[in-house]
Amino acid sequence: MIELPPFVIFYGAAIMVALLPHRLGQVILLATPLAGGLVLLGMTADATLQWNIMNLVLEPLRVDRLSLLFGYLFHIAAFLGVVFSLHLRDRLQSSASLLYAGSALGAVFAGDLLTLFFFWEILALTSAFLIFARKTERARRAGIRYLFIQVVSGGLLLAGTLMLYRESGSLAFNHIGLGTFASGLIFLAFGIKCAFPLLHNWLTDAYPEATVTGTVFLSAFTTKVAVYALARGFAGTEALVYIGAVMTCFPIFYAVIENDLRRVLAYSMINQIGFMVVGVGLGTALAVNGAIAHAFNEVIFKGLLMMSMGAVLYRTGKMNGSDLGGLYKSMPITTTLCIVGAASISAFPLFSGFVSKSMVMVAVLDEGHPVVWLALLFASAGVFHHAGIKIPFFAFFAHDSGIRTPEPPLNMLIAMSIAAILCVFIGSYPWLLYSLLPFEVNYVPFDRSHVLAQFQLLVFSAAAFAWLKISGIYPPELHATNIDVEWFYRRLAPRAVQRVGRLVSSTGDAAARALRGGNKSLMRSVFRHYGPEGTLARTWPTGSMVLWVAVLLAASLVLYYL
Amino acid sequence: MPEKKHLFDDPRNVRSVLWALIAVCGLLFAADFIFHRHVVHPWEALWGFYAVFGFIACTVLILVAKEMRKFLMRKEDYYDGDD
Repeated sequence: MIELPPFVIFYGAAIMVALLPHRLGQVILLATPLAGGLVLLGMTADATLQWNIMNLVLEPLRVDRLSLLFGYLFHIAAFLGVVFSLHLRDRLQSSASLLYAGSALGAVFAGDLLTLFFFWEILALTSAFLIFARKTERARRAGIRYLFIQVVSGGLLLAGTLMLYRESGSLAFNHIGLGTFASGLIFLAFGIKCAFPLLHNWLTDAYPEATVTGTVFLSAFTTKVAVYALARGFAGTEALVYIGAVMTCFPIFYAVIENDLRRVLAYSMINQIGFMVVGVGLGTALAVNGAIAHAFNEVIFKGLLMMSMGAVLYRTGKMNGSDLGGLYKSMPITTTLCIVGAASISAFPLFSGFVSKSMVMVAVLDEGHPVVWLALLFASAGVFHHAGIKIPFFAFFAHDSGIRTPEPPLNMLIAMSIAAILCVFIGSYPWLLYSLLPFEVNYVPFDRSHVLAQFQLLVFSAAAFAWLKISGIYPPELHATNIDVEWFYRRLAPRAVQRVGRLVSSTGDAAARALRGGNKSLMRSVFRHYGPEGTLARTWPTGSMVLWVAVLLAASLVLYYL
Repeated sequence: MPEKKHLFDDPRNVRSVLWALIAVCGLLFAADFIFHRHVVHPWEALWGFYAVFGFIACTVLILVAKEMRKFLMRKEDYYDGDD
């Protein structure tokens, strides 16, 4: 049997969607994840495809239990995203979505680092289109910042890969582990895409600026490819336990005071990835299983939450908690589906988050990290507050904004319903998911102690919210920007450049004044060349550029012979 | 035409939800004295550990976040024109 890498199907379909008429395009959009899923189901966990190009062994397809699970997940996510965006009449966006999903599949089935790098970059490029497609100035700028950071991540990955290749002579992507400079570069590349603390801001900056449907795709793929890559390359790296613990805790503070509800979900996503990173860092069978299972569940429940907020944005044109409220009156179905997503992310027993997050929690205590465990417990209470309560409460309940709107289009409702059914199904019958995990599962999710403890934690968190809200202590939703790490590159750096620019020009002015006084003939000569009628002015800036390039080339030639 | 009354337009319904929440809190707290929870870490064994932790965690989270606004919050158009 010919082994067909899953990305080929998606790339082929993306080209057809871009060229064929709308109706046919819709059929292809729907058929792609279904056909791809069928092909994947026929694959065994040892399939491989290798190419030898110029003495390099490239492996565009390497199937094992880990990549297979992410493969299934990405097909489900692509299907949900496609159904949710079926009403779109935007070929570029539909086509970019398929290319993006295909690149994520290419990345998880890549058996070598060079192939991984290739898809890593295409992933960045195609996903940026989902941000640009919002067609606002804000989105354009956020998209450029996003793309820049993603390309830097790719650059680090390439540099690390080439150095690793020189050291070991192999491009194969297996366990890497920290220790050398090359592995550090790759770790950093994965860390950027995984939204490590201080490297996280691209996510909360760009995702909320993407289109209604684009954010649903974005939330599924990029960060989960990074979690996969960490699980493959850096499982058992202790630093990840602490990095992950910080990731679970700091974003929830931002989520509490953030007004844009999709940005709240973006912060919440970093919090959820934190749990996965901790699991990968512990590296035991239970912990890695928990991390991977949680990645699987998170794609679906975060997708559901993003879809429900997308539906609200689509119908009302608003996304700020302060402008919304009371929508349960006119969008009861969307409200219910959103609450299912909220219960899942909060890890209520019988909803999907519970069966996977608790594995990580148990593993943390088993491995003797009580402080990290307390941090994760704090984050668990926090996620219930900001994603479980805040999202549905401020969008659908709270004060009545007076907005009355119909339910979203049928395709959106169907996509959200499928996601909600999956959340409840996995939450009540986790054994199918467990059977697909990389290691054998001996974990009992519905143990009385766990269930009771989880209910106590959550219900008392809800009580705290209710008390603070009623007593008026709870901070109101406000129109505002909360500064984060991005302040350094969106405010400090541009201001510094401006200041240096001003300094240079004022020094230049002072120098010119001095020269005018001292040496008028030199100034006249400068004016002759650079003035409005001057030789160099006529062709500026290309003329001078060519001149300087020539000078640089000459200099490099001289240096070469030295 | 006046809009029909919705579920939470009636303050009595909101109050019932709150009473239900308090009742569930009471039951869950009492459950710690009835059932034995098996534990891995000694902290977990404390009576009402998860309940008290959940309540305090959520309160601390919100109060700290509220304080953070004092030095993190800027106008909505803060970055406009900068980048």
